[in-house]
Amino acid sequence: MVGLVVLGALLAAAVAAPVLFPEDPTEPRFERVLRPPSSEHPLGTDNLGRDLLARVVYGGRVSLLIGVLAVTLSLATGVPVGLLSGYYGGTFDLVVQRLVDLLLAFPGFLLALTLVAVLGVGVTNVVVAVGLAAAPGYVRLVRAVVLSARTQTYVEAARGLGASDLRILWRHVLPNCVAPVVVQSTLQLGTAILTAAGLGFLGLGVKPPTPEWGTMLGEGQTYLFSSWYMATFPGLAIFLTVLAFNLVGDGLRDALDPRMQRFATEEVQP
Amino acid sequence: MGLYVLRRLVLAVPTLLGVTVVVFALIRVIPGDPARLVLGLQASEAEVQRLRSELGLDRPLPAQYARFVARLIRGDLGRSIATGEPVAREIASRFGPTVQLAVASTVLATLAGISVGVLSATRVYSWVDYVAMGVALFGVSLPVFWLGLMLILLFAVQLRWLPAGGYGTLAHLVLPTVTLAAFSVAIVARMTRSSMLEVLHQDYVRTAWAKGLTARAVVLRHALRNALIPVITVIGLQFGALLGGAILTETVFAWPGMGRLLVGAIVARDYPVVQGVVLVFAGLFTLVNLAVDLLYAYVDPRIHYG
Repeated sequence: MVGLVVLGALLAAAVAAPVLFPEDPTEPRFERVLRPPSSEHPLGTDNLGRDLLARVVYGGRVSLLIGVLAVTLSLATGVPVGLLSGYYGGTFDLVVQRLVDLLLAFPGFLLALTLVAVLGVGVTNVVVAVGLAAAPGYVRLVRAVVLSARTQTYVEAARGLGASDLRILWRHVLPNCVAPVVVQSTLQLGTAILTAAGLGFLGLGVKPPTPEWGTMLGEGQTYLFSSWYMATFPGLAIFLTVLAFNLVGDGLRDALDPRMQRFATEEVQP
Repeated sequence: MGLYVLRRLVLAVPTLLGVTVVVFALIRVIPGDPARLVLGLQASEAEVQRLRSELGLDRPLPAQYARFVARLIRGDLGRSIATGEPVAREIASRFGPTVQLAVASTVLATLAGISVGVLSATRVYSWVDYVAMGVALFGVSLPVFWLGLMLILLFAVQLRWLPAGGYGTLAHLVLPTVTLAAFSVAIVARMTRSSMLEVLHQDYVRTAWAKGLTARAVVLRHALRNALIPVITVIGLQFGALLGGAILTETVFAWPGMGRLLVGAIVARDYPVVQGVVLVFAGLFTLVNLAVDLLYAYVDPRIHYG
């Protein structure tokens, strides 16, 4: 619940950003650089005199958008491949699974980083890199669900009634995947935002002056010793957002996974 | 068991070969001519051509790949565009610090994670459990680079207890290790807790209680040993996350490891170095996963492999 409230607030702030802060968050204001937090600028100003609260709020638009688009890309590539791989099996499955094995041989962040090294920086490339790096995980997850659903009686019944493969996949197999995929995607949204912010922090993500939390943190690192607020608040924003997604994801998992409820009633001996 | 080890070792070879294909392909996708990149815009077309044939870039891709692998086996990763040094030598000097950081963090994650997990599981739904799992949830949500910067602000700038960055003494190792391990401590703690809860409900644990064994004996000898099996897998997987996190942690703490080498090389478009470091990272991860699989077979007596 707390997670949903935080997410709602973040989303509302991101949407309402232009109303809340009519001032351009990328426009330098040299007459007020590196001001500590005050009533006028609750989070202070950065090295170019831009209001940090405005930039954090605008940054939320960029970071949330990157997260959503990246997860959408992972879903759009990983789910169909996982469905087909699990349903048809055979050579296609074998090839896909070896490929997934290969991609999973790279630590996730390293894969995203390497893709950005190849594609170059910028919002689109960050989305592609983060999204593709997470796709193999979805292939695995969906395939596992399909493998167990494929042998169920209702699938056999549908086949016996002459339903086409496409119809079986869509009407009878895919619904089984919804719960695990929704849980995975909620948690993955947090991970995607973290990965994108990590790339931004290294200077390999969204290009300045666009406010993005990771990039802002990277800029803040330079001024860490003199102006603590520059690095602190964008990082706090990332932390709260990821925390909210994790809370909601864990909550969904507990609600959807009946295995977890067993322990709620039983007492363990001391 | 011996046969199983052998089979797993043989199976790792295609994975490692596949990794070289992926890295080779990725680097070749990059737009632009590496020879032109080395020589700069002023160089004449003839000079560029000469370097192209010297580097083998004028040959077909399969031939280039064969040459790449042949050299790789001899430990030759090419030369850095930026420094002209052999890539293998540059990586060798950065390998130690990264492994040191990764191993220290793995040890911390294992010890702290398992302790917290056991503590939580044996006091499930008590305040200890709630606090521990709350902190663990924070741990998996913290951006590693931000945690690093905040620790620097607290322990280096405010309290002046520890250095803000650099490499060499044990004091330099503390903050990077804590930063890098935080995420894994949380994951291991959560996994240990749920695995322990699962095991604590088994009949043989009930029997152990009924025999009148002490809580210590039941929890540590009967429950924990069995609960550890899935935890080992998670620790192995965490090693990959640690390698990824090391790239960020090294940047925060000016730690002279492979992660910083990689980031610098990406910024400078020094592709031979990028290629070399990515290969070493992926190879390391593959080998650790292999080691975990083997350990798994050793720890779990129920598993018999032909």
